[in-house]
Amino acid sequence: MAYKVPRPADGTFLSCVIADYMTSEGHPPQNRKTGAIPWLAGKLYFLGDIMAARIIRKEVLIPGQTTKLVLDAPHVAAKAKPGNFVILRVHGKGERVPLTIADADPQQGTITLVYLVLGKSTWLLNQLEEGQELNDLCGPLGRPTHIEPGPEPVVCVGGGTGIAAMHHIAKGFSRAGHEVISVIGARAKDLLLFENELRTFSHDVLVATNDGSHGIKGFVTDALRDYLDAHKDVAEVVAVGPVPMMEAVANLTRPYGVKTTVSLNSIMIDGIGMCGACRVNVGGKIQFACVDGPEFDGHQVDFVELRERLSAYKPHELKSYQECGCSHG
Amino acid sequence: MAEKKTKPTPKPRVAMREQPAIERVGNFSEVALGYTREQAMAEAARCLQCRKPACVKGCPVEINIPGFITRLAEGDVRGAYGILRETNSLPAVCGRVCPQEVQCEGACILGQMTDKASGEKLEPVAIGRLERFAADTFAAESACDELTGKPVCAMPRDGLKVACIGSGPSSLTVAGYLSALGVQVTIFEALHEPGGVLVYGIPEFRLPKATVGREIDALRAQGVEIRCNWVGGKTVAVRDLLNDGYQAVFIGVGAGLPKFLGVPGESLVGVYSANEYLTRVNLGRAYDYPAYDTPVTRGKHVAVIGGGNVAMDAARTALRLGAERVSIVYRRTREEMPARREEIHHALEEGVHLEMLCNPTAYVGDGKHRLAALRLQRMCLGAPDASGRCRPEAIPGDVFELPCDQAILAVGTGSNRVLLQDTPEVTLNKWGYIVVDEETGETSLPGVYAGGDIVTGAATVILAMGAGRRAAKAIARKLGLQ
Repeated sequence: MAYKVPRPADGTFLSCVIADYMTSEGHPPQNRKTGAIPWLAGKLYFLGDIMAARIIRKEVLIPGQTTKLVLDAPHVAAKAKPGNFVILRVHGKGERVPLTIADADPQQGTITLVYLVLGKSTWLLNQLEEGQELNDLCGPLGRPTHIEPGPEPVVCVGGGTGIAAMHHIAKGFSRAGHEVISVIGARAKDLLLFENELRTFSHDVLVATNDGSHGIKGFVTDALRDYLDAHKDVAEVVAVGPVPMMEAVANLTRPYGVKTTVSLNSIMIDGIGMCGACRVNVGGKIQFACVDGPEFDGHQVDFVELRERLSAYKPHELKSYQECGCSHG
Repeated sequence: MAEKKTKPTPKPRVAMREQPAIERVGNFSEVALGYTREQAMAEAARCLQCRKPACVKGCPVEINIPGFITRLAEGDVRGAYGILRETNSLPAVCGRVCPQEVQCEGACILGQMTDKASGEKLEPVAIGRLERFAADTFAAESACDELTGKPVCAMPRDGLKVACIGSGPSSLTVAGYLSALGVQVTIFEALHEPGGVLVYGIPEFRLPKATVGREIDALRAQGVEIRCNWVGGKTVAVRDLLNDGYQAVFIGVGAGLPKFLGVPGESLVGVYSANEYLTRVNLGRAYDYPAYDTPVTRGKHVAVIGGGNVAMDAARTALRLGAERVSIVYRRTREEMPARREEIHHALEEGVHLEMLCNPTAYVGDGKHRLAALRLQRMCLGAPDASGRCRPEAIPGDVFELPCDQAILAVGTGSNRVLLQDTPEVTLNKWGYIVVDEETGETSLPGVYAGGDIVTGAATVILAMGAGRRAAKAIARKLGLQ
């Protein structure tokens, strides 16, 4: 197994043979206690100038809308924890796009991203095929989800594309010994993501669709309310999805007094705490989603303000999308 | 002893060509255009060649200033460039953005003298302009083979490797110094382009990206390896690097955390930190949107809050992006502004308004969560405070609103926690900056050095380079190279 790493200066490729560092099973030896991969820490030297990442697998989850990519990015995978995100650029003139990591496999050196085609950058990303490379990939960024070991039940709520990001967090809680109840929702059955993956480790998967085509007819909050009414031992609710969904979840859980964590997808430029574009009001204090978050106490987040700030570039997004639709499509 | 030179009255300083203000507000091209060869030789001839050159003491990286100026006066650009590069890895950058008036030129003996005939004070030698001329001309005349061919000085030494985190001026200086001694230096940069503040902060019209790129290419040619998209403290930890056999790690991550005022309405759409605004425009090339994908909102009436160089950069950028009115809001007067005189002068020439003695107390929204105005408290100057500047005091009841659809905050930056949170072994001071040994730049973690804004708080490019040079010397001693 060899990783190819591009060298931007001359455009040629440097093959980095790290097969020597593999065990007989084809995996790098891993320190079980710390999760650290010795060969990676020791051999940063071999991993070229930029962190371009090759697309190993591309899977269309919802045609024309949502796609899953598995990227060869060993240095990100080695450190990625639930709740982390990456920033990528599709091409040399592209903007920096933050995407939450939906899964990571440090042994294979891969990370999984799921994105909704929403504007020019995700449209361009969607044009790439297996074997092609992103221009830049940077991460893992943000604070990981705070996960204490334990058996207490944790309810993970995901809506739309957010289900993918929620999947990584739910998996983290499950691995830490928690009983995980996954609650997922979408408009219709065809738009649900990761249901099978979630079933592999969840204690239960509750499904809500607006049209009733799968699970209960209604919203994730309906399923969540029923669950909270019947189970008083829930330690934490984690919600990842559209802002109105996370707001609704936070409002629902408040009277129950259940700790509620939401993962915010603010506008970001650098993702390393330099620009402040991602600032959110949490409990009356300015917090940066990229370095203080992206996860915050859902009961403290000012969702009204977040919604307004997210709309700041709507006209630009629309214009770019239309222009690329015309010129490329 | 050489024959005693007859010293006629020194000629006046040679002016540098500039883009006329009326033209340059319509473009992002560089404002200052540099000397011609004749102008540079004439200016170089003004140097008195003092036996004890005060200018060198005024330079944080100790450039042999009389030495390179002598070469220029003889028309030997290559020789002059060679002398510059002995101590300075980024001469084309420094020639543009250093505050020479308080450093080399501030110490220049010629600048302390008066013209006997007219009794007027003489101007110092234009050292910065000459430095810029030498660096630019060398690059232009000595095309690729000179810049990319291996320099003769560096005989690579096996097994010596040093890592720098961040690729701003301090790290580039460390890399330049050590790689010239044959050390394998690897720079880890978090963003997708190297250069740090030289790329994301200082605008194109003051420091062209191509100039920065040329200096960085010269370092690459010297054997420095630069890895972009590697976030110190996230993708790569300081202890990873020490475990990986790097004999020293230099932390030069800058102080990039933007400060906000904490007054009501700061979350309104239209309120930017200068970091965000400039990063979008510079790093993201938003001035060339939609050819580049990063957008920036183009304000019509723009208020820039702050009085430093960053405020001037933001204001002048806003003008170039088509703003009808750009006002700089500052709570003291023009005299107390920390920006370089030259920057203030350029900004005023281009049509920036100064709203002095005003302090923002609130951002006023339009009811749809967008900025409509800035509420300002009129101030007056009171007694000097600890910084020696007059303390601004509010005039009770004197409040007014400045209509604006964009406000850009340039009120300073703080220490960025991303790397530091991951490296608790490194001791910080009460402001969150790294504590170092002043002589060597070494931190509380042996083998780990730091310099630049992450030690001093926001300062200048050249001070960061000076700190880089001190740390590089200490690292070289530790590695047994000196």
